[in-house]
Amino acid sequence: MNILRTSRVALRALGRNKMRSFLTALGIIIGVGAVISMVSIGEGARRGVEDRFASMGTNLLFVSPGSRSRGGVHSGSGGWNTLKPEDAAAIEQQCDAVKYTSPSASTRAQVVYGNKNWNTSIQGTGAMYPEVRNWELADGTYFDESQVRVAAKVCVLGSEVKKSLFEDEDAVGKIIRVKAIPFRVIGVFKSKGESGGWFNRDDMMTVPYTTVMKRLTGQEYISSIDISAVSAARTKETQTQIEELMRIRHKIAPGAEDDFQVRNMSEIAEGAAQATQIMTILLGSIASISLLVGGIGIMNIMLVSVTERIREIGIRMAVGARQKDILLQFLTEAIVLSVLGGLIGVFFGIGLSKILHYVKIFSEFKTTVSPSSIIMAFGFSASVGIFFGFYPARKASRLDPIEALRYE
Amino acid sequence: MSTPAIQIDDLTKVYKVGETEVHALRGVTYQVEAGEFLAIMGPSGSGKSTLMNIVGCLDKPTSGQYLLEGEEVSTFDRDKLARIRNQKIGFVFQTFNLLPRTSALENAELPLLYSSHINSKQRTELALKALESVGLKDRAHHKTNQLSGGEQQRIAIARALLNSPSLILADEPTGNLDTKTSAEIMQIFTRLNEDKKITLVMVTHEPDIACYAKKRIYMRDGKIIREEKGREGCEDRAR
Repeated sequence: MNILRTSRVALRALGRNKMRSFLTALGIIIGVGAVISMVSIGEGARRGVEDRFASMGTNLLFVSPGSRSRGGVHSGSGGWNTLKPEDAAAIEQQCDAVKYTSPSASTRAQVVYGNKNWNTSIQGTGAMYPEVRNWELADGTYFDESQVRVAAKVCVLGSEVKKSLFEDEDAVGKIIRVKAIPFRVIGVFKSKGESGGWFNRDDMMTVPYTTVMKRLTGQEYISSIDISAVSAARTKETQTQIEELMRIRHKIAPGAEDDFQVRNMSEIAEGAAQATQIMTILLGSIASISLLVGGIGIMNIMLVSVTERIREIGIRMAVGARQKDILLQFLTEAIVLSVLGGLIGVFFGIGLSKILHYVKIFSEFKTTVSPSSIIMAFGFSASVGIFFGFYPARKASRLDPIEALRYE
Repeated sequence: MSTPAIQIDDLTKVYKVGETEVHALRGVTYQVEAGEFLAIMGPSGSGKSTLMNIVGCLDKPTSGQYLLEGEEVSTFDRDKLARIRNQKIGFVFQTFNLLPRTSALENAELPLLYSSHINSKQRTELALKALESVGLKDRAHHKTNQLSGGEQQRIAIARALLNSPSLILADEPTGNLDTKTSAEIMQIFTRLNEDKKITLVMVTHEPDIACYAKKRIYMRDGKIIREEKGREGCEDRAR
């Protein structure tokens, strides 16, 4: 009996019990669909994160205060104020792989314009912030070194803040109030194009870091330094230069723990990508369980089917079916169920991930159906069919023809 | 003299039921010539079903020899026996044994599914021809459960005929049928035996059905006790 003939016999047998066949395949359909759509969410998140980091510039580095131990007690990372504006200046002057630096000090405050107000993050930066962060202005200019030096009351708005306070009105030249201090708007950032959700970089405004320190918070330390390397290729080298310089400046003895931390963007991006990868695997494996359950469903139904059709098996054996023929027939039935279920599941999964794309909470990243997840889910479902179909099929093929014929 | 269709020599069959051994056949020797029509009679437990199973290559004897058309089949393994059943033997059962919810045509062509070198078109043609020979061509696409007992048994006969077997084994073929339908079925058997020279072996309880056969053997306790030929013992019965 060849494969074609066997599959036709299997299809006919399944067709005799359409409802049951469909319900059995449904387990696989849902399993495969779940795997594909879940992986597509994870994959979409990973790409979203990657894109976001790529848009920030890959030559970006950050210096932040490290943990510091005092008498054996560690403060957490960033728990000690060790960075000063002078560190930033020294890094820019003495490290030749560094292009620009921008000290950073931030706070949150209510921002008021006319009868509108908005609570947002206020980032104190250096004059080179747009260059360091690879972020252009849509309107106006950024503040310069002299304005930083005098802690000028000027600000540049993120597009979200601009929209909230000014709507379509021109913002440049207007005066807004932060903690009752009037600030002149001198520029507006281009939108990064992220709407809604967490971590919206358009929902912020920048002022000179000196202004944050002297006028808004009164702190004497800066919270971090943003640095851009001359090129992405020299990021590692830049990191080493900064670390060496900082150890000298902070008088850290050889072997002692650093009181600062230098991280580069590609490292952070990698970490974030890894986190989303883990999420993808997690989602995929949870979905795989439903595929496994679907497989057990197939085995269950095939076992019932074998018992129910003992008579049929006897008849087939009497007219000349060999053990192999019976084994193949029942195995093929199981495989046909799982492969058809898998196929429908693939379309179901693709459809589901397309729909999920329009669901609000997932709208931040595009769900991406990857060919590998389709192949994996489909291959897995087919092997589930073989694996769980084999036992019932073997049971069927080992029946004794005489007993099978007499079975009531 | 041509090779006998069936030649059995001192066949025994022992079943083990728990601790006790059941001797279903205790040394059966017999010979059926090609083209014969034989009825096997006897009370239940006499071993006639066991004999039929062995003759039908569904079971193997414990000892003894069985030559089917000169071929020693008692030593064959399961797959080889399946092949013999497929090529040389047609079965007709008391309970018809058709696939449920399946058309007459599909049932009739079943043996061809397990013999190679025949494509689906040829298969349908052969099955239709077989159905025609039992007068069921117009019912070919009816499902088996929509047909009467007599019609179902005729499908079973068509199925048995499909591989042009040299031997048809019928196990109480009229056991589930009324008198009139039984007569119809027996007429088909007689015609197959006389026109197509097919060897027929039939197990039955009913003496008047057995009288359609040209020879009758009686079994008791796993042995053949009597043989009747022609109309011997049938004269007093109306045909």
